Amino acid sequence: MTQFKAFIKKEFYHIMRDRKTLLVLIGMPIVQIILFGFALTNEVKNTVLCVADLAKDDMSQALVAEVNASKYFDVKYTIDNVEEADRMLRSGKARMVLVIPKGISYDLRHGHVATLQLITDGTNPNMATTINTYLTSIVRDFRTHHFGKLELPMTIVTIPRMLYNPQLKGEYTFVPGVIAMVLMIICVLMTSVSIVKEKELGNMEMLLVSPTHPLVVILSKAVPYFILSLLLVTIILLMSRFVLHIPIRGNIFLLYGVSGLFIIAALALGLVISTFTNSQQVAMLISLMGMMLPTIMFGGFMFPIENMPLPMQVISNIVPAKWFYYAINDIMIKGLGIEAVLREILILAGFAILFIFISLRKFNLRLA
Amino acid sequence: MISVNQISKAYGAKKEIPALTSVDFEVSKGELFGLIGPDGSGKTTLFRILTTLILADSGTAAVAGFDVEKDMFKIRNIVGYMPGRFSLYQDLSVRENLEFYATIFNTTIEKNYHLIKDIYVQIEPFANRRAGALSGGMKQKLALCCALIHKPEVLFLDEPTTGVDVVSRKEFWEMLKRLKSEGITILVSTPYMDEAELCDRIALIDKGRILEVATPAALVNTMDSPVWAISTGKVYAAMQLLSSFEGIGEVYPFGESLHAVVDAGFKDTAGLKLRLQKAGIADAEVAIISPTIEDVFMHKMKQAPHA
Repeated sequence: MTQFKAFIKKEFYHIMRDRKTLLVLIGMPIVQIILFGFALTNEVKNTVLCVADLAKDDMSQALVAEVNASKYFDVKYTIDNVEEADRMLRSGKARMVLVIPKGISYDLRHGHVATLQLITDGTNPNMATTINTYLTSIVRDFRTHHFGKLELPMTIVTIPRMLYNPQLKGEYTFVPGVIAMVLMIICVLMTSVSIVKEKELGNMEMLLVSPTHPLVVILSKAVPYFILSLLLVTIILLMSRFVLHIPIRGNIFLLYGVSGLFIIAALALGLVISTFTNSQQVAMLISLMGMMLPTIMFGGFMFPIENMPLPMQVISNIVPAKWFYYAINDIMIKGLGIEAVLREILILAGFAILFIFISLRKFNLRLA
Repeated sequence: MISVNQISKAYGAKKEIPALTSVDFEVSKGELFGLIGPDGSGKTTLFRILTTLILADSGTAAVAGFDVEKDMFKIRNIVGYMPGRFSLYQDLSVRENLEFYATIFNTTIEKNYHLIKDIYVQIEPFANRRAGALSGGMKQKLALCCALIHKPEVLFLDEPTTGVDVVSRKEFWEMLKRLKSEGITILVSTPYMDEAELCDRIALIDKGRILEVATPAALVNTMDSPVWAISTGKVYAAMQLLSSFEGIGEVYPFGESLHAVVDAGFKDTAGLKLRLQKAGIADAEVAIISPTIEDVFMHKMKQAPHA
């Protein structure tokens, strides 16, 4: 036990004294949260809108004011005839032209169908669809606000409601993603590299020929990184709560429990890698290329797995980060309980047991 | 305490590179046993087999009565090992390094301070300095302290003095003597022949074979041919010339002069001097010397089969 403590103390010295690495480890999640939160977003904000207000009455002005007030649109140009709309879009000055027909107030107040025309630059289909949706929902809100809900008989109206994330904020999907990615880097990369470093420097030879059991040497490597990982999870959660204002809906203990399970699986994976190589460079390459890339590609937070061809979807099942991402998403964003993530917990536990088993089987009590 | 029987080990996918061939020797309790041989002679392989780090291809070996294969953990509990490629933790201070190694060997610095005192006092002023910031020699001294801080029953030291200055080497051997007086069995390897004389017994090893096992004194006595020292300014020319002479065996540089192993019946040093002078080595001086361990080693190496 004293030996175990001495090892852990030594590992903490290694971590704390390597200031640059520590800075990267702690800075990375912070920078990622800030980048994803404020810079890299797939939301479309401040679309330059051109309005052709042919009505020029109180109702049309109120509508334009409301559109302009939203963060999604910026009414920069107004034109007086529809013919000019083409020129606006062609020159790229505006992405969208809203045409308000004459007599809109009259039509609305007399229960006639009022028609608005939206002309959108469709060169980027995703973006066009998105801004179309935004504007439609603003118009719907406007109508509801002024005339109440239209209860027309024989009319089928779909009223979409976005659960859990009504504003469709991008932050909601990437916070769990950043957690998965950061844990993967720290646990897999750092553990495997730090174990292999002992081998590379020749210290392992001396440590093996000591009364300390080799497994103590290895286990003591995992403990500091386990603690560091939990610390980083806390930093990310605090940042997402207080900087990005994303509520943590689910049980915080469940959240930490699942994170802990994922950390153990990732640490064991780092251990597996360390048993396969004696060089830090190889360990780093395997961890980065072999583990980070699949995590990003198949983790589910960058590219939706549902969009992938079937073989890819099957492959994604062997990426632990995917299950972790699903579980964290369910707990943190949806606020679901343990019964909802039981499958993910079992799969993660299975991964952890498998990796521990492989590393124990592969672990060499001798040098060769 | 250590017994090695017919140990063989080869490396490579097809075991095509022999490292040790039928190695046999015994080390008794409390003995300071030296393994002397050039680089690549198989010393480290032997150490690794004895410290249970690698398995031999054939043969058996035991340390303190425990088999190196079956009783791996028992051996690891009672031996100490300082690998040749041993490095300290650069980001830990001198004291932290020492404390760490003391702890993993189930001891404390205070308890065994007397074992390392002589060398440790020299690095003690830098106790709080990171090991990475020490000079090369200081690092090696700290490494020695780390390896010696525990008091094992058997101590394996693989080239502990390589890269250490002469004074520290001397101090180190003093330390080994003190450890020996505490009843510790020590197996030490070194490429320095002068250190061989400080051992109780030595084994000469070359190309994976033990050439001879004896006390330093006995080893020198096994030399059946006289050794002559030839000093001259034209070392290379003299060496070429001597090799072509009848009745002269091996010729090799030794310090600034040449040593030549001559036939037992060969007695005429003045005659040789004359012959050398006639051949253009005007400043040649020839003297009969008592052979050193290095001479024995060179001689045995040439005589050994497969050499």
